[in-house]
Amino acid sequence: MAKSIKVYSTPTCPWCIRVKNFLRDNKIDFQNFDVASDQLAADEMVKKSGQMGVPVIDIDGQIIVGFDQEKIKLALGL
Amino acid sequence: MQIYDLIIIGAGPAGITAAVYAARQNLNFIVISRDIGGQAALSAEVENYTGYQVISGPELVQRFEEHMHKYNINLRENEKVLNLKKNGENFLIKTDQAEYLASCVIIASGKQSVQLNVRGEKEFKNRGLAYCAICDGPIFTGKNVAVVGGGNSALDAASILIKIAKHVYIINNTESLKGDQLLRKKIEQAVNVTILNKSQVLAVAGDKFVKSIEIKNDGQEQELAVEGVFVEIGLVPNSEFAEGVKRNQKKEIIVDIANQTNIPGVFAAGDVTDVLEKQIIISAGEGAKAALSAFGYLSRRKTENK
Repeated sequence: MAKSIKVYSTPTCPWCIRVKNFLRDNKIDFQNFDVASDQLAADEMVKKSGQMGVPVIDIDGQIIVGFDQEKIKLALGL
Repeated sequence: MQIYDLIIIGAGPAGITAAVYAARQNLNFIVISRDIGGQAALSAEVENYTGYQVISGPELVQRFEEHMHKYNINLRENEKVLNLKKNGENFLIKTDQAEYLASCVIIASGKQSVQLNVRGEKEFKNRGLAYCAICDGPIFTGKNVAVVGGGNSALDAASILIKIAKHVYIINNTESLKGDQLLRKKIEQAVNVTILNKSQVLAVAGDKFVKSIEIKNDGQEQELAVEGVFVEIGLVPNSEFAEGVKRNQKKEIIVDIANQTNIPGVFAAGDVTDVLEKQIIISAGEGAKAALSAFGYLSRRKTENK
């Protein structure tokens, strides 16, 4: 079954853009939450990751902070 | 191990432009970089890159990247160079992932943020303390925040934050703000800004997240209730890894007009060098120059070896 992937990001942050491009390049579907305009998502992100930096990637409950390519690949089984 | 003609370290405006030129000269090369765009990707609005009247930093970097990918470029992203040194006729580059050999090198590794070095900085990093307003600013919508610094990057951060935060304190250690006059005016006129000159941050405090900062304002200690702290007190060159390469007092790599360092075959370009001004358009131009110089160096070497 496909993994549930959530990306918490802001529209302007360069690392957010990289994460999203990376997922698209690998043809992986994800749900994007813009924490700049969605306060609920922002709270959820802070609660899940225990920190306030973007991007945060939630892969089936596994939380990865930042564009950590190796961790993301591992979590996705790429 | 294969020997590349050229290795470019860094993928900001200088490194990317050098890569485009190197690709057009058909060099066998790779680009190694921790990130794409460097400081340019962190700029809010760029209004002085010819051809774009107004473009955001991330967007401009996206265009750079698209231009680079027009060529088949071997880009090793998310990889950090730890050491560069001479190895016989060539240069050996050690990264956190592998080792490479090249006939010549362009160092375009740019600069990174200076840290505050105060109590609480490490603990609260990403827990309210940030070094990039354009990245993390929006999380602080409607909150009180502080910007530490008084130069262009502090003004840039403040200009982003005045639009979203409830109140912005600027903690500046000199007599008055420096930097771009227009930007300064815009910030000084904002209703939700307090500029605290002759001030330093002593500590960052909170529980799980930042709650306040302790500052010294004109000799007087006080506490400011803020949930966000943006550190913008300047940049240092990423030049430590380059063995034997001459640097000035600011740790910038010294280059001549052809972007040659003191070591033949090692070129440098952009913010990591002692180039007179640190601007996106200047870094791009310097990257082009460095690539052409590297091409000249390789051609001369080939003729000599015949």
